[in-house]
Amino acid sequence: MKFLRDFLDKQKPQFQKGGKFEKFHSTFDAFETFLFVPDTTTQSGAHIRDAIDLKRTMSVVIVALIPALLFGIWNTGYQHFLSQGQHPGFWPIIGYGLLKVLPIIVVSYVFGLGAEFVFAQIRGHEVNEGYLVSGMLIPLVMPADIPLWMVAIASLFAVIIGKETFGGTGMNVFNPALLARAFIFFAYPAKITGDTVWIGGLSKGAVDGFSGATPLSYAANGLVEKLPSLTDLFYGFIPGSIGETSKLAILIGAVILIATGIGSWRIMLSGLIGGITMTLIFNAFAANVYMTIDPLTQLMMGSFLFGLVFMATDPVTAAQTTTGKYIYGFLVGMLAIMIRVFNPAYPEGTMLAILLMNALAPLIDHYVVEANIKKRMKRAVAK
Amino acid sequence: MSDTKTKAEKEPMFSPKILKLLKSPLNIENPITVQVLGICSALAVTVQMKPAIVMALSVTIVTAFSNLIISALRNTIPARIRIIVQLVVVAALVIIVDQVLKAYMYDVSKKLSVFVGLIITNCILMGRLEAFAMGNKPWPSFVDGIGNGLGYGLILVTVGFFRELLGSGKILGFAVVPKAFYEFGYANNGLMILPPMALITIGVIIWVQRTKSPELQEK
Repeated sequence: MKFLRDFLDKQKPQFQKGGKFEKFHSTFDAFETFLFVPDTTTQSGAHIRDAIDLKRTMSVVIVALIPALLFGIWNTGYQHFLSQGQHPGFWPIIGYGLLKVLPIIVVSYVFGLGAEFVFAQIRGHEVNEGYLVSGMLIPLVMPADIPLWMVAIASLFAVIIGKETFGGTGMNVFNPALLARAFIFFAYPAKITGDTVWIGGLSKGAVDGFSGATPLSYAANGLVEKLPSLTDLFYGFIPGSIGETSKLAILIGAVILIATGIGSWRIMLSGLIGGITMTLIFNAFAANVYMTIDPLTQLMMGSFLFGLVFMATDPVTAAQTTTGKYIYGFLVGMLAIMIRVFNPAYPEGTMLAILLMNALAPLIDHYVVEANIKKRMKRAVAK
Repeated sequence: MSDTKTKAEKEPMFSPKILKLLKSPLNIENPITVQVLGICSALAVTVQMKPAIVMALSVTIVTAFSNLIISALRNTIPARIRIIVQLVVVAALVIIVDQVLKAYMYDVSKKLSVFVGLIITNCILMGRLEAFAMGNKPWPSFVDGIGNGLGYGLILVTVGFFRELLGSGKILGFAVVPKAFYEFGYANNGLMILPPMALITIGVIIWVQRTKSPELQEK
């Protein structure tokens, strides 16, 4: 550690005003603050500074994502060999998974961070750390067979149109990772929906009778009897986007986020309640087979939990007020199930539900604040 | 807005002032990217280039001639009913354009559907009539109409170019993206065909334009 610090201190003058690489100041700054907590202090007035800054916050989210990522890598390999009718050992499975997943992660980070660095250089501000998490979330919401150039374009779109045009990290209206997925979803629907995209290398010689259909697609087609068992759904031995399948891994991530206070448990809880409420309403009507699915299965299918834990809780795009968080989470859960069941064109509703609520979050906050002002005004007047 | 006040001496036909009327809508006074008028039709008819070009020409013709006519009538129009008078003139011109399109370019006319009729409500038209034709002589008004029509058309055609190229791999209906690309896994961007992408494309054009001309940036 000491030699790293020394090295950075030695290089620092070159990147400061008047130095040789003055232009690349923000690049240097990004690496320095990534490695070491900055020692700057506020010069005037009384400020309370949390020991944990934005980069450290982001790192915790990355840690919370690791279980889902690891399981995703394993499951990518497992599903591939299952489709081929083979059952090799642990390492070939992991090897195939790494071969599929690592390139997506690399492409997502290279292009997304590349755009961030370029913008930081041009605008002369610090490199935004928000992409650390987005860059990891993007691969986790992609199918294993997604063409890499699509990931590259989607990452660029998410960073440039979704974030930088609004003013960078902290100013974006929509969750960048979801925006990247929505971009591919609408631009190249053949590669991200349907029954054949979820398993790596499915086109090359799958065994007879093997279907790559996800639980959601079975449910949408009314084939409820074909749904995987609850244990399979929970542990995640099912086809799906890379990170979404294992509910166990997601729960571990959720525990980390809640324990460190970084993810809002209010949003997660009210989202769950929203999803359950909507499912129960559907159960009461039971107009088609999809509506009869019980709440537990409904919540464990698709990316509902993944979206709720890692994306709906995004501190930038979620509602900020406490009451607002409950409303926001509840509506995310409700809408996700509603879109999923009602609209055959969109097999999964979580993405669209969260994006829609991202757009509405400021409105929710506005009315919560207004209501609070009114309440206090009344109290003041009554006295 | 350059106020061409009525002067005693006769101005030459193409004085610098008149040329400016023609040029400035193409750049720093562009009706779409700077004044943000006429957005609806810009989103609706730019999926392909051909309808975009036809639409641009139609709007240019209607703006130019309605400007000319209103400017010629400007001193006789009672101020209280001027909008109605303007609408009558514009509507008449739009019907003529619509009929001509239906007669000679039926397929394009079908693609443009209601948007030709909706030229009547195009904000650029009313804007130019109110802001320019009502206070200027016929010739400058005519040139102003052409300039604004072309400024509108420029953006329309640019957006149409990118949307058709990226969305369908074609330009003016001819396939330009080589087959080999598709075999390599390239795919047309379906989002480009949808209206949201037209809005984003216009947004990017505005972005580029403002970066290039600092006088447009708000402080």
